[in-house]
Amino acid sequence: MSRLNNKLSGTDNVNDYAISATQLTRNFSNLTAVSALDLQVEKQTIYGFLGPNGSGKTTAIRLLTGLLKPSSGEVNILGCNLPKEAQNLRMKIGYMTQKFSLYDDLTVKENLQFVSKIYGLTPNEQKARLSELLSVHQLTQQSNQFADSMSGGQKQRLALAASVIHKPKLLFLDEPTSAVDPQNRREFWEQLFDLCDQGTTILVSTHYMDEAERCHKLAILENGIKRADDTPQNLMDNMAAQIVEIGAKDLRHIKDQLIQLPQVVSAAQLGTHLRVLVNKAEDDPVALLQQQPCLHTSDKLALVRPSLEDVFVSCTNQKITDDSSTTSQGGIG
Amino acid sequence: MKTSLLRIQSIVIKELLQLKRDKMTFGMVIMIPLVQLLLFAFAINTNIRDIPVGVLDHSQTSLSRILQQTVSATGIVKFTHSYTSIEEAQIAIDSNKVRAVFIIPQDVSQRLVRSSSVGLGLPASSKQETSRPVAQWLVDGSDTMIASTIKSLRNMPLTELLDKPANRNTATFETTLLYNPEQRSVVNIVPGLVAVILTMTMIMFTSAAIVREQERGNMEMLITTPLAPLELMIGKIVPYIFIGAIQVAIILGLGYWVFNVPFNGGLTQLAIATFLFICASLVLGLVISTIAKSQLQSMQMTVFVLLPSILLSGFMFPYEGMPLAAQYIAEALPATHFIRLIRGVVLRDVAVVDMSFDMLWLITFTCFGLLVAALRFKKSLD
Repeated sequence: MSRLNNKLSGTDNVNDYAISATQLTRNFSNLTAVSALDLQVEKQTIYGFLGPNGSGKTTAIRLLTGLLKPSSGEVNILGCNLPKEAQNLRMKIGYMTQKFSLYDDLTVKENLQFVSKIYGLTPNEQKARLSELLSVHQLTQQSNQFADSMSGGQKQRLALAASVIHKPKLLFLDEPTSAVDPQNRREFWEQLFDLCDQGTTILVSTHYMDEAERCHKLAILENGIKRADDTPQNLMDNMAAQIVEIGAKDLRHIKDQLIQLPQVVSAAQLGTHLRVLVNKAEDDPVALLQQQPCLHTSDKLALVRPSLEDVFVSCTNQKITDDSSTTSQGGIG
Repeated sequence: MKTSLLRIQSIVIKELLQLKRDKMTFGMVIMIPLVQLLLFAFAINTNIRDIPVGVLDHSQTSLSRILQQTVSATGIVKFTHSYTSIEEAQIAIDSNKVRAVFIIPQDVSQRLVRSSSVGLGLPASSKQETSRPVAQWLVDGSDTMIASTIKSLRNMPLTELLDKPANRNTATFETTLLYNPEQRSVVNIVPGLVAVILTMTMIMFTSAAIVREQERGNMEMLITTPLAPLELMIGKIVPYIFIGAIQVAIILGLGYWVFNVPFNGGLTQLAIATFLFICASLVLGLVISTIAKSQLQSMQMTVFVLLPSILLSGFMFPYEGMPLAAQYIAEALPATHFIRLIRGVVLRDVAVVDMSFDMLWLITFTCFGLLVAALRFKKSLD
């Protein structure tokens, strides 16, 4: 049906989205890494994949870059249908792998020279582009240093510089900041927003909540299934649970008791407080919890604003209890 | 086309840079041919001298001692032990103290007088008495090389013993030894060593080259780029063609200057033969690299090819002596054909075209291998 729609509405539909996937599925022998994924990513936005390890983020990215062939489903990237036109797409997309995939025994400059030649930059273009990239990514000082001897943050800047050397329209980043300290992460995201501003569409996978919150739009993945898909703000506003924060003694015991209630989605301790997710169907969650024998009247209960982590927990937990059929499917990271 | 060349060039430059940094591998490129040549050329020798042997002298006469000295003077054996009983001699052979024992009987002088080996002509005597051997060799026959060397002493002339002029027998056949009249093993070994060392290094380097990219995770980056599989393969092969050429130069150069191995053929012919073989070996390495999952696996597969290349190719043992099944295996190995070619070129000055079967076989092998490698190499992670 979606194919028909695309045809009817002409090229407009394709042009609006940098990535458009319908019912994308990938099986590995007996497990489904990505299951019936529908995805629309608008141009010039940063789109996030949020999910635990093994939720199918990497497989989804590999499917979208044409590195893996889908078992079923349709993918259209920048107007090219995958996997048929994968070769045409190579010049238009950039891919920064989860693991550092440049050469450890080459210097920063040699690595960038190598990649720029692979992308067919002429010597003059190469010279200009290299000095530009080195200064933008603060690598000028390290240009003659071996990649091997650099810090996690420097390596990651180098990897980003290499993946944008040919000015791709679409950039895939697979857990780009997993080996980087918070300061470097902030700077890294500044770079991403700059790139986005210059017209690049970015798809980034992560398991950090604070990073996910920076994305324009977000998909929460679990076991290869997309659980939710919206802007971070909408996700928090529309979440299927309400949050009650409890300040009390013996929180471990209270948590064990509360988690057994059918209305409680999950409970997690945050320092001196217990954060309890209660099903939205419940009218007065504070009253419900207050009635529990494990809580005293002196304990403080309050309804609080949800965070992205709560959204994540409610999205992923809820479904496990709702339909256990999907949980049998494993995932591949 | 132009961008394609640029991409190949970038792979070549990258490979050379990595090779330059990898001191161990770079050292091996030079050291493998250097050390192996010196080792093998000195060590492998089919002209055996000074085999340690014992003597069991039942006669204990001056004649027996002179006989012993005459045998010793050939240089083939060296008397190191002396025994008094046959049991003692047997134990000495069993424990590998000596490889053979020379047993001189009590009646050695009577035997010697009637022996034809002293050059007195056939003695007019009763038939039974005519041709009794002078003495006996008891040999550890397990090593065929040692055994046949001592067997060559069977008909040695003993004319010196009686100070008579030699009764020169006319040989049944005249043999003329071309190309290596002095029968020096090194003449045959050095060109063969080119094949063995090239097989080893060329297959090892390329088989590891693509697997290494996979192992270190570089492949994931490379396959998202516009780089085509064939470009990657060509880029990986080109630097090693030069390295192969350097190694050939080292081996043949050292062979010429240090071991006096004649170089009779033309350089162009040598270049053609070597180029064909290097390509075949590199392609074989590429095929291995598309099968192996790790560098360790690729190394094991290299050894799997290397051992038959040493043992069956004609480098160590003549092809003609092998059973038919082994000959078929030998025919499948590029090294077999190259050894024929390079011995032909270096020692006998033939043109590669005159050995067209071996030449065509190497070319066919290269084309077929490249096809297999390109088909097996997928530019995706499936």
